[in-house]
Amino acid sequence: MATKKFMFVNRKAPYGTAYALESLEVVLISAAFEQDVSLAFIDDGVYQITKGQDTTGIGQKNFSNTYKALGDYEVNKLYVEKESLEERGLTQDDLMDLVWEDEDDDWAEKPSIIMVSRSEMADVMAEQEVTLSF
Amino acid sequence: MALEIDGQSIELDEEGYLVDLSAWTPEIAKALASGEDVELTDEHWDIINFLREYYEEYQIAPAVRVLTKAVGKRLGKDKGNSKYLYSLFPYGPGKQACKYAGLPKPTGCV
Amino acid sequence: MAMLHIVNKSPFEKVSFRSCLNHAKAGDSILMIEDAAVGAIDGTSFSEKLKAAMADKTVYVLGGDLAARGLSEDRMIDGIKSVDYAGFVDLTVENETTQSWL
Repeated sequence: MATKKFMFVNRKAPYGTAYALESLEVVLISAAFEQDVSLAFIDDGVYQITKGQDTTGIGQKNFSNTYKALGDYEVNKLYVEKESLEERGLTQDDLMDLVWEDEDDDWAEKPSIIMVSRSEMADVMAEQEVTLSF
Repeated sequence: MALEIDGQSIELDEEGYLVDLSAWTPEIAKALASGEDVELTDEHWDIINFLREYYEEYQIAPAVRVLTKAVGKRLGKDKGNSKYLYSLFPYGPGKQACKYAGLPKPTGCV
Repeated sequence: MAMLHIVNKSPFEKVSFRSCLNHAKAGDSILMIEDAAVGAIDGTSFSEKLKAAMADKTVYVLGGDLAARGLSEDRMIDGIKSVDYAGFVDLTVENETTQSWL
């Protein structure tokens, strides 16, 4: 199977709707097929990767730790839009420290999150061959 | 489906996976394995314990590719290959090892 | 006739929260649940709009929904009250009528 550039665009907050979890599950499945997968977090999608999520009060499964496994699946390009954070009173410090381990560099931990401006995000989106929006 | 251990009935789904993940015990792993004519060795337990720790941390069962790489990192390159894992779990390291570890079937496993 | 307005959509995604604020009367209460909980945070593109409404309305948020999204209560706009599910029930009892902005 030829490798294609896949981008999953995440635009919804987690838990209120099923989009975030469904996107994550499809990402994990598609990564098993060794495609070139990247993720975009824009609009309310940035809430999916905030740190310190605690779902005990709403009785739902907390799936935020699963984003930390993405590096193991070689999904290590997580584009986060600066303007989306700013509009919501957030900064990169509010996000989980998502990393991947580089096997070819003695398993050194490298950051997966790539902060981009809105216009840079548009450029990244334009490079994709397959875009799936959630 | 159900598994009988020490007079207790443990519920399994139609593919033989544990329904209640928190009900898992090492005895259940042994019973599930012996049902498939597998006797669990220390090498099997290394993988089963790794899978349980991975699930605890990330809330998912890892795909086989991820498992293979992680085993290579933790237990040595000679074990981080599918030949070694299939020698332990001939029905597929993902499906069979996850079943014994009491985890759901790995995401993306058809 | 005080009314409880319940909003469950993010103010950054849907117009229902803004529409609620545009229609709620002085003395009414507004409760943010589910994705609407993100509207409780100060310093956002929406917070001034909510602060203006708080001049004559009381605003509540379901604390569990805030925590689930990794947002702590010390970042809320001053004056917003965090409630649990029991507090949610109390609000529906205290108000004569309830309107949901879906």
